[in-house]
Amino acid sequence: MFPFTKYSKFYYIFSGLLIFVSIISLIVFGLRFGIEFNGGSVIKIRFQGERPDNEAISKQLSNLNLGDVIVQPTGDNGVVLKLKGVDETTHQEVLTKINELSLAEEESFQYIGPSVGRELKSKTQIAIALALLAITLYIAFAFRKVSHPVSSLKYGITSLVALFHDILIPLGIFSLLGKFYNVEVTIPIVAALLTILGFSIHDTIVIFDRIRENILRRGGGSFEKTVDESLNQTLGRSISTVVTVLLMMFSLLFFGGETLKYFSLALIIGIISGTYSSIFIASPLLVTWHLFSQRQGS
Amino acid sequence: MAQKYVIFIGIIVLAFLAGNFVYPNYFNRSVDFLNAKFSWALPHFWSKPYVFGLDLQGGVNLVYQADLSSVSNKAGAMQGLRDVIERRINIFGVSEPVVEVQGQDRLVVELPGVKDVQQAINVIGQTPYLEFNEQREETETQRILEKIKEVRAAQEKKEDINQIKDVQLALQDPYFKPTELTGKYLSKANVVFDQTTFQPQIELVFNNEGAKLFEEITARNVKKPLAIFLDGASIVDTNGDEKIDVFDLYAPIVQDKISGGKAVITGNMSIKTANDIARRLNSGALPVKIGSPISQETVGPTLGAVSLQKSLKAGIYGLAAVIFFMVIFYRLPGIMASLALIIYVVLTLALFKLVPVTLTLAGIGGFILSIGMAVDANILIFARMKEEIKQGKELVLATKEGFSRAWPSIRDSNMNSLIVCAILFLVATSFVKGFALTLALGILVSMFSAIFITRILLMVFVGPKLEKFKWLL
Repeated sequence: MFPFTKYSKFYYIFSGLLIFVSIISLIVFGLRFGIEFNGGSVIKIRFQGERPDNEAISKQLSNLNLGDVIVQPTGDNGVVLKLKGVDETTHQEVLTKINELSLAEEESFQYIGPSVGRELKSKTQIAIALALLAITLYIAFAFRKVSHPVSSLKYGITSLVALFHDILIPLGIFSLLGKFYNVEVTIPIVAALLTILGFSIHDTIVIFDRIRENILRRGGGSFEKTVDESLNQTLGRSISTVVTVLLMMFSLLFFGGETLKYFSLALIIGIISGTYSSIFIASPLLVTWHLFSQRQGS
Repeated sequence: MAQKYVIFIGIIVLAFLAGNFVYPNYFNRSVDFLNAKFSWALPHFWSKPYVFGLDLQGGVNLVYQADLSSVSNKAGAMQGLRDVIERRINIFGVSEPVVEVQGQDRLVVELPGVKDVQQAINVIGQTPYLEFNEQREETETQRILEKIKEVRAAQEKKEDINQIKDVQLALQDPYFKPTELTGKYLSKANVVFDQTTFQPQIELVFNNEGAKLFEEITARNVKKPLAIFLDGASIVDTNGDEKIDVFDLYAPIVQDKISGGKAVITGNMSIKTANDIARRLNSGALPVKIGSPISQETVGPTLGAVSLQKSLKAGIYGLAAVIFFMVIFYRLPGIMASLALIIYVVLTLALFKLVPVTLTLAGIGGFILSIGMAVDANILIFARMKEEIKQGKELVLATKEGFSRAWPSIRDSNMNSLIVCAILFLVATSFVKGFALTLALGILVSMFSAIFITRILLMVFVGPKLEKFKWLL
């Protein structure tokens, strides 16, 4: 049996560091939001022949009065142009200009007007708020039965702490990816993060359920021991579940193509962080808190 | 006890049917082979294609914001707008377009496989044009018909048709000519019912100017037809082929001179037809302006096909890896879970075809995620089973206990994910909707597969005989 709770301090330091870096990154760099939230246009192009360099493309488009155009190469011979919102006529002009440079095929074009962007932003905020509320309610429901020696409130609050851990770390990573690799937070990534919330809270609940079951079965005994025992019992299941989901998601990341790449990456980061926090944060925190209140009591 | 074998056979049959429904090629090839060999006439398997979203088949998605400031019946005006634009797109010749009202004043137009987006946008953005046209003189009709013949003959000989005198004449409707009366003179149209026969009728109300024009036109057209056109085509399908083209003509006969600006169109028509006509008359009378799209998404045909192929490949590789992992780690139950997982994949794909669920890239992503999550239920059950066996319980009992003890966790976890799916569905972008829908469907089928299929498989294969081979578990 592995004494998980014995090394609690190391997990706290490790996670604390990660959260610290995430928060700093979020404050300093912020998140790079996709055009869904800000409005604008994205044109994806694949060149048949050689890909012209970014400067040549920028120069070619300079007299179309498009403002700032971000040119990002993708894949072997693709390029993504990000620019202000343009109508279909301007869009076609851009394509003609690009084709003058080198024979190209358009893969996709997206235009989001400013009103749609604002609307999606507020809808997404509502969805996030609703998801957090629903999950908090769910935790309250799952731990409604009072259990000795740890109050159900403590189970609930530690689950929520783990939840914030699971959200802050992927957000921090995406903030860094946005700063250094121009990765944008898009609606698919928000969807992935919300899915993670459901997934990782469940992991925590399975472990906590087992803790309560073992308390009932064993009666007395030290609380740390019970937690350690429960973690060891559920460890196999936790690992198997995470491995199967990760196998699918890594497959999607490597073979699934450009569009779903960051979506699967967000899921992978979230799933790893969620499983980690269920085992190494939520449960040890429960023990630490319990010991702390015991000392206070005596 | 025989019951479990019946269910087991039922599952096998269901999986076989679903499998052939998802991928009928093997079945059909075998049938072709047998038919050729024994000259039988066995039919092919029932085939139904998947419905793919625009991101997988290519096309354009346009969102419009309608200006409803001058309209009192907003919902009715939006329905009219939807109808007018759908008509126009059908006439434009796009297969399976989707035109939907979203919220109060949004109109979503999806056009699969359209190449010339600019032209499509122009066609959609036009203001609806309603005309009341009167019959031409016989001589005029003949002249136009002859001109059309002349132009066709010239086209066949590949001559320059611009050399023909009065070539524009050939572009006109040979039977009807425009009058001054157009949509702007119509105040509104309603469906009313005849007091005695209860037949639906259409009541037209013109404004003052329109009343005068209508009086003049009806006066000179008594006992003659007056054709109603919207956007240059018949206002309604009259020959029952469910599309509107040059073979349709809606032209009520003027019974008498009508003054006062109110008219009733009678005739043997269904309530639906009457409603269609009235709604379209209204959309021509009070045109709703939509301007240019507020969002647009165009996906080329290549990207869609490549994305589909890549995500399928990702799914197959992932599934193979999961099965490998399950068999190595859980041996016999792992094989059964893998079998249940394959049945799960087949059933879910069959469900996607059957419903049908519009498959987008995000939807496939959700499905692939659900495959990974579907195993979780099995793992929970096996982990519990192993514990029960360790405690020295008999296999059959351990299997039973494993299921009943794992059930609350399985239920809770899936409820949790379903709640998140429901919330994601509220963020009404098509990406998230597709993802949430397939994930939710996948979760529901996976619960069925874990609880029903894995359990039956275990019940059938795990018996006292297996007691000697406990290491397999």
